[in-house]
Amino acid sequence: MLAFLIRRTSQSVVVLLVMSLLVFVGVYAIGDPVQILISPDANQEEIQRVITSLGLDKPLWEQYWLFLVNALQGDLGNSFVYNQPALKLILERMPATLELAAFAVVIAIFFGIPLGMIAGLRPNAWYSRTIMSVSILGFSLPTFWVGLMMIMVFAVMIGWLPASGRGETVDLFGVPVSFLTWDGLQHMLLPAINLGLFKISLVIRLTRAGMRENLLMDYVKFAYAKGLSSSRVIFLHVLKNIMVPIVTVVGLELGNVIAFAVVTESIFAWPGMGKLLIDSIGLLDRPIVVAYLLITVVMFILINLVVDVLYSVLDPRVRLGDLKS
Amino acid sequence: MSAASENMAAAPDDHAPIPAPQTPFRRLVSDFCESKLAVGGLIVFAVIALIAIFAPLISPQDPYDLMQLDIMNGKLPPGSHDDYMGITFWLGTDDQGRDLLSGIFYGLRISLSVGIASAFLSLLIGGAVGLFAAYAGGKWDAFLMRVVDIQLSFPAILIALILLAVLGQGIDKIIIALVVTQWAYYARTVRGSALIERSKEYIEAAQCLSLGQNRIIFSHLLPNCLPPLIVVVTMRVAYAVMLEATLSFLGMGLPITEPSLGLLIANGFEYMLSGNYWISFFPGIALLLTIVSINLVGDHLRDILNPRLQR
Repeated sequence: MLAFLIRRTSQSVVVLLVMSLLVFVGVYAIGDPVQILISPDANQEEIQRVITSLGLDKPLWEQYWLFLVNALQGDLGNSFVYNQPALKLILERMPATLELAAFAVVIAIFFGIPLGMIAGLRPNAWYSRTIMSVSILGFSLPTFWVGLMMIMVFAVMIGWLPASGRGETVDLFGVPVSFLTWDGLQHMLLPAINLGLFKISLVIRLTRAGMRENLLMDYVKFAYAKGLSSSRVIFLHVLKNIMVPIVTVVGLELGNVIAFAVVTESIFAWPGMGKLLIDSIGLLDRPIVVAYLLITVVMFILINLVVDVLYSVLDPRVRLGDLKS
Repeated sequence: MSAASENMAAAPDDHAPIPAPQTPFRRLVSDFCESKLAVGGLIVFAVIALIAIFAPLISPQDPYDLMQLDIMNGKLPPGSHDDYMGITFWLGTDDQGRDLLSGIFYGLRISLSVGIASAFLSLLIGGAVGLFAAYAGGKWDAFLMRVVDIQLSFPAILIALILLAVLGQGIDKIIIALVVTQWAYYARTVRGSALIERSKEYIEAAQCLSLGQNRIIFSHLLPNCLPPLIVVVTMRVAYAVMLEATLSFLGMGLPITEPSLGLLIANGFEYMLSGNYWISFFPGIALLLTIVSINLVGDHLRDILNPRLQR
């Protein structure tokens, strides 16, 4: 376990370094932020002063080196636009994104597992076929368009739910959250369903495949032969066994959900870090873009690590040393 | 039933006519036709592809010829008629007075060509990498597959967003971004099936005949790796179309001069809150039909090409 963790961590550091170099060089090749930051009628002296204060006059490798040294001290540079530390700006927005992503995953599990179990129990029944056909639809629906249609139907036509923003928030351990207020929940419902739609299909398919595979196994026959009721066999024995792949895949998909939140947040004007990224790309606010990417890379590496460890805990047959990283 | 008993009866003596061997392609076609849903998907996709190819011939107006547009026709609801120009806007018009039906036809053209071009290019690059990794083995294989693993652990949309932010807008740039995000899937698929096929006897036989390495790879190994590859290609084309639409919607994909379906939808977003739903709605339906039809075909292909489920 320890050897596994050490090896994985050192690999992650290499990945992080390579990513930071790629991202830094890539992002710093975009446009010229000075033109956006300074009013057109500024004179040469003022322009020069801004360039110097942003460190844009140094060669690229020196900028990268400074960036790296500062990054190790937790300083990812100041936003050109807000003139605040990029890290702070992103961390401020992060709870909103994580809350949305978590709610979306909860929705996916809450609807996906029961539907998948139904479809797996009677694979040839009409309702199972319907569930599977609809799940193809769930894969194919473009997230952003579904979001628009949801706004149109629920916010514009019927007017049940608000179309944008985060609503009222309450501080939980010093972090503002929406899910504890009625208003916040209302605001979160549409974006979360929008974000979770794709994952519902995924969970349905995984659960169904697991059900079909497990129902043929000897332990199920044995449990029935022992005289256990079918609800006990399914909910206790089978469910436990199909949870292993579901937990792994859903865990790994969490990173994907956070990335796709970029789209959902832009549509529903959800004040998370994905919207900050899109706005910053538009404004050529390089430090924010770089910081966002590095933070998400770290997040993905952590998620993968946690899922791998969890996998070995759930399934004792898996030894961590065998896992590919 | 009667055919089966006839066969049973005919089996002992060797005079029974041997049925003509079914070619793999024929078998594929007959298996494919078993699912009505998949055939329906294929038909819908064929229609969409024809529309995309012949868009300039069948569109009621050229939506990007400014001479044909009249700003007074802006945001007309579906079914409105313009007596002056003598055309009916079956799906309404957008804010510029553009016929949406024509806009969708042209949009399909761009969306599909971007999707197919990027899938084809990633197939070439990923396929070459995968074949090389499987055939070279050892350190090269380990290195390339590690790169693939790392790349696949990052969501495609994030990689594409950053690339487009760096490269800028344009049809060539979005194809580059899509290829970079997709090649790894092909590389992994090709490598996986090439490794399995490589250890089979016919490859050994070909090696014993001392056929050239290129000939073994390209005329023996590659054709046998095709089934899983076909499935991946269909699914990836659908994903590429969706990703392109999403990126264009976010304003990071195609420029306004090359309006794909994603841009049409983004354009309608502004007017949706005031009730002009059709500007976003209909392009979305066209996008949805395209993706669903490709996915239906791909989903069924996966079932019939999977050797584990072969009857």
